[in-house]
Amino acid sequence: MTLRTVITGVRLLDPASGLDAPGWLVAEQGRIADYGSGTLDARPGDAVMIDGRGACLAPGLVDIRVQLGEPGAEHKETFASGSAAAAAGGVTTLACLPDTDPPVDDPAMVEFVARRARRVRGVKVHPYAAITKGLAGRELTEFGLLCEAGAVAFADAGHAVADSLVMRRALSYARSFDGLIVQHPEDPALAGTGVMNEGEIATRLGLPGIPAAAEVILIERDIRLVELTGGRLHFAHVSTEAGVEAIRRAKAGGLPVTAEASPVHLTLNELAVEGYRTYAKVSPPLRPERDRLAVVAGLVDGTLDVLASDHCPQDQDSKRVPFAPAAFGAAGLETLLGVGLILVHNRQMSLLDLLARLTCRPAELMRLDAGRLRKGAPADLVLFDPEAPWQVKETGMRGLARNTPFEGMLLQGRVLRTLVDGRPVFEADDAA
Amino acid sequence: MRGHSPAAMAASDPPLRFEQRHLLGIEGLQPWEIRDLLDLADGYVELNRQIDKKRATLRGRTLINVFFENSTRTRTSFELAGKRLGGDVVNMSVSTSSVKKGETLIDTAMTLNAMHPDVLVVRHPDSGAVALLARHVNCAVINGGDGAHEHPTQALLDALTIRRRKGRLEGLVVAICGDILHSRVARSNLLLLATMGARVRLVGPRTLMPADVDRYGVEVHHDMDRGLEDADIVMMLRLQTERMQGSFVPSVREYFHFYGLTQAKLAFAKPDALILHPGPMNRGVEIDGDVADDINRSAILDQVEMGVAVRMACLEALTRPLRNEL
Repeated sequence: MTLRTVITGVRLLDPASGLDAPGWLVAEQGRIADYGSGTLDARPGDAVMIDGRGACLAPGLVDIRVQLGEPGAEHKETFASGSAAAAAGGVTTLACLPDTDPPVDDPAMVEFVARRARRVRGVKVHPYAAITKGLAGRELTEFGLLCEAGAVAFADAGHAVADSLVMRRALSYARSFDGLIVQHPEDPALAGTGVMNEGEIATRLGLPGIPAAAEVILIERDIRLVELTGGRLHFAHVSTEAGVEAIRRAKAGGLPVTAEASPVHLTLNELAVEGYRTYAKVSPPLRPERDRLAVVAGLVDGTLDVLASDHCPQDQDSKRVPFAPAAFGAAGLETLLGVGLILVHNRQMSLLDLLARLTCRPAELMRLDAGRLRKGAPADLVLFDPEAPWQVKETGMRGLARNTPFEGMLLQGRVLRTLVDGRPVFEADDAA
Repeated sequence: MRGHSPAAMAASDPPLRFEQRHLLGIEGLQPWEIRDLLDLADGYVELNRQIDKKRATLRGRTLINVFFENSTRTRTSFELAGKRLGGDVVNMSVSTSSVKKGETLIDTAMTLNAMHPDVLVVRHPDSGAVALLARHVNCAVINGGDGAHEHPTQALLDALTIRRRKGRLEGLVVAICGDILHSRVARSNLLLLATMGARVRLVGPRTLMPADVDRYGVEVHHDMDRGLEDADIVMMLRLQTERMQGSFVPSVREYFHFYGLTQAKLAFAKPDALILHPGPMNRGVEIDGDVADDINRSAILDQVEMGVAVRMACLEALTRPLRNEL
């Protein structure tokens, strides 16, 4: 078997170094052996040759917010199906959330996830560990042992750590291990039984609403706790103008606070739930247009550091029910890049800036050796055509999860190939 | 305003402009559709007062009342409506707990559909559930109340009650009072009344008022006296006492003090103001017993009577295309 792959005729993009030039790349033994601009002088023998035909070659995407159903809900997604979906989306490294059954709240579970993911031999999967035991929000998990076992960060997944004292201790204790605490910013008491954004549309549909204040209240509180403790804190899927603004202020004050946007909140507003469309039922809920625009602005100016898929697989039985009892969440792995590229095509941000939020920036946050082109680094790569149009169709999806709110949407930008450690893990049907 | 004098017209087919396949809500209905339904119902009021109340309009047709939530009153009203029109009526109570055991609402819909009903009347505790079910059946579906969303036949029967007592809907000041937030009756009523040109006021504590409801072109009041000022119609809503403790309002006593309808508060409304309540009433909570029983002011029993007539009209309107196909 050849262990060398040569990719030529590509537009080479590395957001970490600012490289954006026509060039080539050689991967050997799973690592980046060399790359450069212009044309490759010596044609290496005994190599798999890939003609990039002018497509973009970038570091594989690093997706730091992914839910997989395994263990406990394998009918929704498994490591294998999730990995296939990730590869089809150009993702080479993902961090999976700990809200499995049982939850990932002890070192043995972290090791289980790592072992199962390795066995699939797909994309690289790094486990989150829970902040609190059983995701119950009361007792801290063993941060030190969990880090040693391989947890890349701590999150209670879709549950906020609502108790201020517990959050203070988590931020404070995690500092000893340089641990990143990831918060789902939503005050659960204020969100109550809400199922969509509170406002005129919720009133008309007769659905209980979640006010925007439920987000910013928790963000503001946690920023105060970061001031108090100095812990590293990351806010997942920020959805409101007030939330973005609070984070912007905290960053201006030099606090170790980061945040992320999700594709649904960047591109859809609350109108998407009209007709009780359960595929648009996500947490936090889709907000009014004004909030959506603020999330876009936050991602563009870097207030929101990362774009993550927030992949939340749900089976049909969880979604083909009335809106209130339907499960929250949208599948996102396979549409991550295509939806992100909308901002590039709209000239709201450069391709390199978008890729930075999808590659090197999330890798930095999680302290992962990924997301950049560097000699000797793992050859985790994505080849994509940023102009190629395609239509999102649930029938064409590779993962088990088909619950995409983008169904039918035309996107511009297709993943052609994905390589992990130099190994092809995805090839578009017409990529060869 | 079109004439709506009670004419004995149920036997013949008056011109009826109603082209909806289902009746899922007031939203989306045109003013003439509402008016025609009310005109048709007027005729049925007269029919229901006769000794022979039976018509053959629904002969050979099957109506299934599918109730995922208990309601003796609405179910009985639909049952009578169906039977008086000569249809076969079956009542089905489905506890949502049995649905939770594994059968989804869509499974239930497909099972029902296989029985070839002509009309389904569906009540469900979740908003939007009836619309979801309607997408999976071939027959007409009437929303018998879904969550906090809509209860269209209640709004129609309220409108009929008002129109028969006041002679019109347009220009009337209607105060809808109480737990607006959880009330599908309030939603359907404000949509219908606004469509028909009435001036709608919503009155209740801030905690029981839905977000951004003022954008519906209604006046919102938190003070009962001001909300009732010069009102032609005072529509009280049922308050679910289990929702009150320590959350939406502090106590029944406090609620009644500020928002319960008493003769004193009613004095702010017009002298001939009419009182409506969708029932069942909590006397001493949202309405004083004396007011509820005031035969000069209270139209609560009229509402029950109009309910059967309105439901007969809806059943006829939705099945008329079927008859035309024969």
